[in-house]
Amino acid sequence: MTRAVAAGLGLLLALAFMASLMLPWGAIAALFPQDRELAWALLVELRLPRAALAMIYGATLGASGAAIQALFANPLASPDLTGTTSGAALGAVVTAYLLGFVAPIALSIGAVAGALAALGLLLALAGPRAETATLLLSGLAISALAGALTTLALALAPSPFAFYDAYDWLLGSLVDRSLVQTAFAGVPALIAIAWLLRLASPLDSLALGEDVAESLGHDVLKLRLQIVCLTAFGVGACVAICGAIGFIGLVAPIFARRLTRGHPGRAVLPAAMIGALLLTAADLATRAAPLGRALPIGVVTALLGAPFFLWLVAHMRFRLRP
Amino acid sequence: MTALVEAAGLTLPGRLSDTTLALAAGELTCLVGPNGSGKTSLLHAIAGIGSPAGTVRIAGDDPARTGPARRIRLLTYLPATRELRWPLGARDLIRLGGAGPEEAELAVVRLDLAAVANRRVDRLSTGERSRVLIARALAPNPKLLLLDEPTANLDPLWQIRLMEMLREDLARDGRTALVAIHDLDAAARYADRLLVMDGGRISADGPPGAILAGPVIPAVFGIERREGTWQPVR
Repeated sequence: MTRAVAAGLGLLLALAFMASLMLPWGAIAALFPQDRELAWALLVELRLPRAALAMIYGATLGASGAAIQALFANPLASPDLTGTTSGAALGAVVTAYLLGFVAPIALSIGAVAGALAALGLLLALAGPRAETATLLLSGLAISALAGALTTLALALAPSPFAFYDAYDWLLGSLVDRSLVQTAFAGVPALIAIAWLLRLASPLDSLALGEDVAESLGHDVLKLRLQIVCLTAFGVGACVAICGAIGFIGLVAPIFARRLTRGHPGRAVLPAAMIGALLLTAADLATRAAPLGRALPIGVVTALLGAPFFLWLVAHMRFRLRP
Repeated sequence: MTALVEAAGLTLPGRLSDTTLALAAGELTCLVGPNGSGKTSLLHAIAGIGSPAGTVRIAGDDPARTGPARRIRLLTYLPATRELRWPLGARDLIRLGGAGPEEAELAVVRLDLAAVANRRVDRLSTGERSRVLIARALAPNPKLLLLDEPTANLDPLWQIRLMEMLREDLARDGRTALVAIHDLDAAARYADRLLVMDGGRISADGPPGAILAGPVIPAVFGIERREGTWQPVR
């Protein structure tokens, strides 16, 4: 990625963040002359967490997706397709079922544990040198299992309110999160992203094969463990606060590698930036949707991401790996 | 001549047992042996692949305690497989691991890759891909080259060019190379020293002429020289 491209992406990010804070502007603009304090409170306590969560969650999905794709040497790998997201969702739902949606720390720990369990199971099932078919089948099996168990937890919900809370959260939402909740997602996520960025060079070396990467002085086993734990940590923390949001982790790295001449490790930074942009754009789209109520953001990313995924599969059939 | 590379007690369980080896500067050492005799395992153990036991010193430095940036100046390893995990451009791949832009460009020219340097490696022919991977291993000019079947997939002219290029480099810069190879005649022609592997051990070590004429080859490979060619032992 050249400096000009990085600066351009940074500028776009800043613009998207401002738009996310300001839009729709009408209500706040009307409020400013009447009650300045309330208008500021609206901006800081309602809009800021939403804008920040979109950035942080999107960046986490992008960086995690890029790292997982580099690790598995497979452009179809991503936190959703490897079952990480659904594992995290199951972990959080089970924790919520036991303790309620009131304890963000417990929810975060539950989600991270669920994500770790899903990725651990995937490594055990598919093996470290997973081929596309094995990887996708294992990820599918884990997602299906986690999905079924999540549904079971919903079916056994103690009350309709508990069911509705859990269901709404599962659809993925950035709305009405507090600054404290934002910190609960943001701190682990930013630590995970920063650490993943430091692994860019060993991840690039993996392109030459695990043996050669080891001969270059990289500890491949340690690298694999780090990626698994960091992506589970970051994605799990975000899922705990915002629910499961799909496809960003698959799509962002594919665009990012266009900026790094295909280098999978170097793509972690642009993938984080593009992930943040995409999720912020999706969040802006939910506000602009001409429906009575806002669309759940998880639905928007899936509606846009699924056709892209289909295109990618068709593209790969002709051996044009991106 | 003092040894540039000293390896002692190299062991990979089930594949390589307690091997000690010294390689002199400027020498090309060829490694021959039947399939599964431990040639690749010996290269792996020296390169530090697969957590081998034992010690390796290259010009006094321990590669296991050397970070990636300096380690690439100590040793590079060319695996026998020409499959790649991830499609990159040929020039990018040659620079992967730490060769500088000028070193990479020189390697591109020496292996005659200028015409394909911007193409993706998965779209090259197997022979071109082999040359890209060889260029990747040669570019950083390491003190020790560990090459597994470098001439595989190369046409006859390139097989000769590569081995002569290696001999020139080693003699000029006082570096050293350990080259696993199946072609006994090529080994005889280019090697200063021949190692024969059998059952995870070095079973013969010396000048190629003497070894190829001696009793080791029939015993280890089950072939002998008759009427000017290698044929199964009668």
